[in-house]
Order: sequence, then structure tokens, then C-alpha cells
Amino acid sequence: MSGPPEFWTVADTAQRIASGEITAGRLVDTMLSRIANVDRELGAYLATDGDGARRDATEIDRRRKDNVALGPLAGVPIVLKDNLVTKGLATTAGSKILQGWIPPYDATVVEKLRAAGALILGKANLDEFGMGSSTERSAYKKTRNPWDTSRVPGGSSGGSAAAVAAGLAAASLGTDTGGSIRQPAAFCGVVGLKPTYGRVSRWGVIAFASSLDQVGPLTRTVKDAALVLQVIAGHDPRDSTSLDAPVPSFAAAATGDVKGMKIGLPKEYFEGSIDADVRAALDRTIKALQDKGATTVEISLPHTRLALPAYYVVAPAEASSNLARYDGIRFGKRADGTDLLDVYRKSRGAGFGPEVKRRIMLGTHALRSGYYDAYYKKAQQIRALIKRDFDEAFTKVDVMLTPTTPTAAFRFNAKATPYDMYLGDIFTLACNLAGLPGMSVPCGLTADGLPIGAQLLGRPLDEVSLIRAGSAIEAAVGLGERRPAGIGGI
Amino acid sequence: MLTRKEVEEIALLARLYLDEDELGTMQGELGAIIEHFDVMASVETTDVPPMTHPLPLELPLRLDVVLPSLTADEALRGVPKRDGDLIVVPAIIPGSES
Repeated sequence: MSGPPEFWTVADTAQRIASGEITAGRLVDTMLSRIANVDRELGAYLATDGDGARRDATEIDRRRKDNVALGPLAGVPIVLKDNLVTKGLATTAGSKILQGWIPPYDATVVEKLRAAGALILGKANLDEFGMGSSTERSAYKKTRNPWDTSRVPGGSSGGSAAAVAAGLAAASLGTDTGGSIRQPAAFCGVVGLKPTYGRVSRWGVIAFASSLDQVGPLTRTVKDAALVLQVIAGHDPRDSTSLDAPVPSFAAAATGDVKGMKIGLPKEYFEGSIDADVRAALDRTIKALQDKGATTVEISLPHTRLALPAYYVVAPAEASSNLARYDGIRFGKRADGTDLLDVYRKSRGAGFGPEVKRRIMLGTHALRSGYYDAYYKKAQQIRALIKRDFDEAFTKVDVMLTPTTPTAAFRFNAKATPYDMYLGDIFTLACNLAGLPGMSVPCGLTADGLPIGAQLLGRPLDEVSLIRAGSAIEAAVGLGERRPAGIGGI
Repeated sequence: MLTRKEVEEIALLARLYLDEDELGTMQGELGAIIEHFDVMASVETTDVPPMTHPLPLELPLRLDVVLPSLTADEALRGVPKRDGDLIVVPAIIPGSES
């Protein structure tokens, strides 16, 4: 692949750095200069770490000169969602309650990226604590969609998706609790991969809902997602929910070969109100996969309609517990109060934004004595039924294909009520409830020129099949060399 | 629908201070969201064990040895008010000295 360095793929960048075609130092300067020029309007970054990135680039250039082996991501410029903790670099989770907090350690995924030679350019904007689907819930700034700046980039990993789409990083890491990697990837025309629950360590990930959260890459190609996943995947003794399972070669699966693959089309995901352009793009995607030798089978996941209410009980319940740690005592902002309880309530009242407060309240209510059985226990039982639906369907098919979202990116302030916003997540939530791997791959543009995402869902630990099917979709109906024209075009 | 009093109780349990406007908004919004949960009641789940987690969780154990970790000073660096290695907090019992 050619084009300007700002749009080089991960694979291409690593190769050009290794061959000496460009120095890491020059690449970092190019990227920082583009961020300075473009991001004032785009708003993808909450902070850049120019000094750190230049220091690491110098080290890579020195190693290369001294013929020391380089890591697999040596010189690849990456931005991290700002709910991944970074040693010495402010981490806010998009919340005022953590304003000014400088973590004393790196998350495991950050350690792994650094060890692989990645250059961390900075931290990306997000909905506060990952709670939102548009990045409008960030306490700090608005992030615009690079394809149409009057529209949202999706969320909650909106800054991560927008940065990659606009050539402000070769790759980013996001987190996905109910679609927060896949939905912004779909809205911004990039690839977003949510690994199997437990595939990637959550140590140093600011927790939203611990049984649902997972870290994954957002990239411009499927192979790039595979390359980044390769580096961050694997067992971590510091995360008790991290799986001690072999990590296969993900990039080797990006062949586009789907011959003989059985692809399930869950009928519940194709009913109801899907935008006509999204529907047509999915139809073209299905046809392309059939042309490449895959068979498609209609399947049923009967409890699909219950995923949304179950999710909006389970996730807020876990969040209400996880966010109890923000009390103004050990880190973050502390409000003045007459006694300890008053300090807690005022610090949290002043530090959290409206959506976070809403979810804490919702979760607290669902866990209250007298309501626990009707809400929390019931939602967990429905979660079991949703998982059973998937287990049964995966005896018949290798992967499933659905739209990632019912519509392309929407405009700012388009969602009148909180529940309207939640409804946009209907196709992505069940994957997290069941702990499955999921991926969104661009599969075309709407008549208005907005990206559309196709979602692939796989069996636990079978990211390889997603990468295989995803690379077939990319080759047949992907965006190719088309780039967002809305902002900072090169 | 939640009453205003219930919303105030939840806010106390959640250790959240909400002003008058927020309490009013929260009452309406939470009520509207909770209505959508009712559909769950229509599903028969008597014999379905609740799924707390996507993985069959076993409690992993590690060797009881000291590993490198943060120093007290590093761990306490984000504390808003401290006195040496101690965290200063206000009175725990209302009306007493801190």
C-alpha cells in the first residue's frame, strides 16, 4: 500500500521502519504535525505525549542503527482510549472526577504495546467511563466524525475510531462493554475487533462493567487488527479473568479465504427498523461471501429482543459497584463536606456527569433489596438464555453476520432520550453478554457517503474465523482507498 | 414509576448528591428506562441458573511470595489530602472532629 505516511497501515509502517525507508523520529513528527493541524476541529485526542513518543522513536532509530532486533510494532503510531491507564500520563476516563490524575503504572496492554515498539502518541476521547454511544458524554470535548463533521463518531471509543479514520494514528486501542469498539468503528469506516472475554488482560483498564469489558484494536485494515491483537492477547496473572489459552497466529488468518465457511444470518438482526442503505450493504456483503465460496444459513437467536433490557440491568449494576471507588479520598477530585458521607456525595455529585449518574442510580436500584430478584437476578437468567441461543446456533455455523448498527452515524443531539441512545446498541450488546468475539468491518457507504459496518460474531476464542471472514468482506466490499473527505484530507 | 422519595433513597445508597433539578430529571428518566425492563418478567426462567460471568471462573492462586509493586509513595501520589503516608479524611461520625 502506498499513500502518505499518515495513512500507512500498521503492517506497512512496521516494514518501512524496519527497512529504514523512514525513521521513527520523522514519522512521529509527521503524525504530531497532522494532529496539531487537524485535531483542533476533529477533537479525537484528549492529550498528546509528544515528548514520550519522540523519546521512544529515538530509541527505535538507535536500535535499528545498532542492528538490535525490533519489536513487531516498532515505530507504529498508536493512540489509546483514555480509560487505559498510562504511567506518568494523565488518564481521565473522560470524567471530571479523574481530572489531573497521573497513574503510577501502565495497563498490561500498554506495557505490551510499548514492549512491541509501538509509539504511544496520546490518549483518545471517550464517553465518560465508556458510558455512551456517541462520545457526546465526554466531560471534556466533542469529537466529530471525520466523514461528516456534523455527525458523531459513535462511542464510547469515538476518539479512537475518529483518530484512526482521519490518519491521526495507524491504530488505536478501545474498550467494548456493549459495542464501544464495534459501533464507532462502523460509524467511522474502520475495523474494530472486540476479542473474546478473557482473551486480553483488563489489568489497568478503568472498569465499567467487569463481566463485559474487553480491550481491542481499531485499525484501517483487518490484518492490522490481527497484528495489534497478536501483541495484546494472552494470559496475564494480574487479571484473574484472563484466559490461559494458546494464542494463534491472527495475521496468518487474514487471507480472505472463506471457502466452505458456514455463515449464520440471525433473522432477529435483520428484522425491524434497519436503514435501507445498511440493509442493501449487508445484502451485497452476503452475496460477496457466497461468491467466495461461503454458505449462508438463516438461523434464529430467539432471546435477542431481551438483550437490551438485560444489558441495561447488568451493566449499570456492575458499574454502580465499580464506580464506588471514586469517592474523593484516594484519587481524583475531593469536594469539601461536613463529614465523610457528605464528602463522598458532594465529590461524586460534582465529579460525575449526567449519564454516569443515571447508570449508577439505575444499577443501585437494580441491586436494592426487594428489587434484586425482579431485575438483577432476572437479567442474569436472561443472559444465560442468550448465551444458550448462541451455543446452539454455533453448532450449525462457524460465524454469524449482522449489521453492526441499524443506521450510519447520526447527527449531534439527535437522540431525544437516554433510551433512544441505548436502542442504537441493539446489535452489539448480546456479544458482550455471551462473552463472544465480535468484529465490525466496513462494507460500503450510504448514499450520503457515510460508512456502514458489517458485524461478525464468533465462537469463544475463535477470532481467527472473524479475521478470515472479515478480510473477505474487506476485499470484496470494503472502502479500499476511500478516505474521509470531511476533515483534513490529504 | 419511581416516587421522588425513592429517587432520593437511591441517591443516598449510591452516595450521590443530586440537586433539586437533577432529582426531578432522574425521576422521569429512570422511570422511563425501567418501564422497558418489564418485558423480562414475561419470560419463564424458573429453572435457569443465573449467569454471572461469561467464563467458568475458578479462583486462581499464586505463590505466596512478594513481587515487585508500587511503593507507598507512588500509590498515594494521587491522594487529594495526605499527611506522610496517611490519607487525611473528614470526620467519619457527623459532628465529630476530623
